[in-house]
Amino acid sequence: MATTDIIVGIDLGTTNSLVAYMQGDSPVVIPGEDGLNLVPSVVALDEKNQIVVGNGARKYLIETPERAVYSVKRLMGRGAEDIQDELKLFPFKLADDLQQGEVLRIKIGERTYTPPEISALVLRQLKRNAERFFGAPVTQAVITVPAYFNDAQRQATKDAGRIAGLNVLRLVNEPTAASLAYGLDKKKNGIVAVYDLGGGTFDISILKLHDGIFEVIATNGDTHLGGDDIDNLLIAIALDDIRGDLGLDLGRSGEAVARIRKAVIEAKIALSSQPTAKLSVDLPGGKKYQREISLEGFEQMIQPIIDRTVGPCKQALKDAGLKPEEIDEVVLVGGSTRIPKVRRLVQDLFARTPHTDLNPDEVVALGAAVQAHILGGGSEITQDMLLLDVTPLSLGIEVAGGVTDKIILRNSTVPASATQYYTTQVDGQTNVAIHVLQGERELARDCRSLARFDLKGVPPMTAGMPRIEVKFLIDANGILRVSAREQRSGQEAEIDVQPSYGLTDEQVENMLLESFDYAEEDFRQRQVIEARREADTILTALAKAKKNHAWQEITNDERRNIETLEKDLVAVKEGNDDDYHAIRAGIDALNQATMRLAELMMDTAVSTALKGKAMDEADLEERPQSGHSMAKADFE
Amino acid sequence: MPGAATSRCWSCGTMGAVQFCSACGKVQPPVPVDYFTFFGFPRKLNLDTAALEKEFYALSRRLHPDVFGQAEDQERAWSLEQSSMLNDAYRTLKDPIKRTEYLLRLEGIELEEQSKQATEKARATGELKKQVVPPDLLEEVFELNMHLEELRVQKKMGEDDPGLLEEIGKAKLSLEEKYDALLNELKTEWNKWDKTVDAGADRRKILDQMVDVLNRRNYIRNLLRDVNEAME
Repeated sequence: MATTDIIVGIDLGTTNSLVAYMQGDSPVVIPGEDGLNLVPSVVALDEKNQIVVGNGARKYLIETPERAVYSVKRLMGRGAEDIQDELKLFPFKLADDLQQGEVLRIKIGERTYTPPEISALVLRQLKRNAERFFGAPVTQAVITVPAYFNDAQRQATKDAGRIAGLNVLRLVNEPTAASLAYGLDKKKNGIVAVYDLGGGTFDISILKLHDGIFEVIATNGDTHLGGDDIDNLLIAIALDDIRGDLGLDLGRSGEAVARIRKAVIEAKIALSSQPTAKLSVDLPGGKKYQREISLEGFEQMIQPIIDRTVGPCKQALKDAGLKPEEIDEVVLVGGSTRIPKVRRLVQDLFARTPHTDLNPDEVVALGAAVQAHILGGGSEITQDMLLLDVTPLSLGIEVAGGVTDKIILRNSTVPASATQYYTTQVDGQTNVAIHVLQGERELARDCRSLARFDLKGVPPMTAGMPRIEVKFLIDANGILRVSAREQRSGQEAEIDVQPSYGLTDEQVENMLLESFDYAEEDFRQRQVIEARREADTILTALAKAKKNHAWQEITNDERRNIETLEKDLVAVKEGNDDDYHAIRAGIDALNQATMRLAELMMDTAVSTALKGKAMDEADLEERPQSGHSMAKADFE
Repeated sequence: MPGAATSRCWSCGTMGAVQFCSACGKVQPPVPVDYFTFFGFPRKLNLDTAALEKEFYALSRRLHPDVFGQAEDQERAWSLEQSSMLNDAYRTLKDPIKRTEYLLRLEGIELEEQSKQATEKARATGELKKQVVPPDLLEEVFELNMHLEELRVQKKMGEDDPGLLEEIGKAKLSLEEKYDALLNELKTEWNKWDKTVDAGADRRKILDQMVDVLNRRNYIRNLLRDVNEAME
């Protein structure tokens, strides 16, 4: 397979991420080095300030919670003002020097990162896993997003891809991707509802499957509703308990909360197949918190959270103009759909048993892989397949009176466009400002600000004369593009975009370059580590050599020199300078000084061998080349 | 058969179809055509929605950006524009009311309610847009508005009058019947129009009648919305 042909499908999830590709006629997930398919979307800084991603990062959530971050998807495309709720429930720490109107930055240890940068680290891990698997570079991907993600959240995801060194060919909505995996080999026709309840987001999509065409009719959801909310509820109850029973207020203890969270998640999972589960947490300070949770109690607790999925489902059905009986199949996606109560709720809503054959953790990634395959040209099995998706939110312009004028309605098939005409109010005016929003409400302030567009270069004319045609286009990714032209002069207007919650192109470019820098830094770190290891090898060998009687055969001067260099090397190796070159120099010097010693030892080994004695100290297979250095001769 | 007018294909030089060349299949730069032409349908209001859907799927398979994943930048850009036009056209022609309103717009007629100027003026001044009450509804509307006002006052006082609710309920039913009947009236106008597309008779009058039907219908729709709100 030519390296340019590799396009992978990536599920960048709130809790777990996966990368997959099309292997022949079926999509498969590419495992990590540890052999596991799921890469937890967790990023941490270890003791040596190195980035750790995935399973290896999880322990830091408990050990050093201020140096680890999880569920960063909840922050993508959002501003500091509107994540106040998240900050109460999640241990996110904002950068101390965050300015008004600046893109969000989170603290991990001493460093700060924007959410797209953190997501980029997860993506880079997946990219590495894929490259290891293929033995070739991977630079193209399809990445999934919740169907209900707005423009800013989508753009943030694309930015993350770019920072990770991936060309994101398409963003695919998660329920649509799942339907691709579902409908791939079944050639099913009919109406399918996809109920996707993940770690942090909820989507409901209603699709019409028809001769290989996957047409989304309506979609709805909640981008802040998922398994995390169930966890947080249970954590709050546990903290309450602990306050009452043990008189301890542990809400502020990062470590305690992290341990409770881990226990709560284990209990939650157990209750999907057991009637009771036991919460058992070792609290810092020696005390222990224990509680038994019954399935009934658990279901009562989570009822209000689960009920939040009902509204979007009903609205989606209404928008689709369908009754529940008209749905042919319901597909469940997302880990949280394993909860029996959720399954019952879906069953009640749609009056049928949901389809549970597909692995709810993997189905989205598999669907993304199918789409990646289609974009790469496809094959016989995907020949007739086409995705027709929709934009989940209405697009509007703010007009006089602070009202939103909707120009593209929600659930419009994308790509979709609308054209508006503007003129100037003042003689000679050369700029026109447009405020674009997303949402269903009447007033601009109740909608989500997408961006402010400044149309520049309008030829100066009398007020009211220019006829500026502005074209709004929502592309297949669900992201807005704007172009403008003054019709009388035919002049293309230059558009300056100020995204309300996003990074500018320049910022993304800088981050991409910085990620190379970090790669540099990480690379240098690795060099130091390797040099230290080599130093250890030679010092160990030297220690052994001192017990060999060859040590007696060298001169006093030589012994003294060797021991001085040995001390020097130990000092520079253990020092805090991380000076790769100094360690390297020390190794070379010691090697040089011990050359004769090594030769003598080799001769001894040879002569001993000739005498027929056991060679437990000399490895005669690894015969070192000229310059018998200590490091190369194996004395293990 | 999409697009009556054809132009020369940039790739193979043949006189091909509007969206893509009928000879070599390459996507063409988008040409601003009206939605009916885009689908190759005559400008008639009675439309075979099954045929429309079939054509939509067929064109989607050829024009969608996903199909151009490996194509040149220029072709990708054209496919993006073509498919957005396709989707806009399908969305408009699929729905009977949107189709009618679109045709009226094509013929240079704007519905009263949709007049942008009126909308902007209303927003700027905070006044309600002037809605002309359809003459045949004058008495009914007057009585209903009185009842609704009474209902609102009662609600504020926390009172409950089942007799009043019943009256309003009856009025609501009557309005809903008229609302549905108007759609049929519109379809009658459609038939008249479609005949003229072939024969070329006095079309303006028919268009005006369609405007009238739609205006009356919109008025009732808004009124029903108010009734529903008041009764909540």
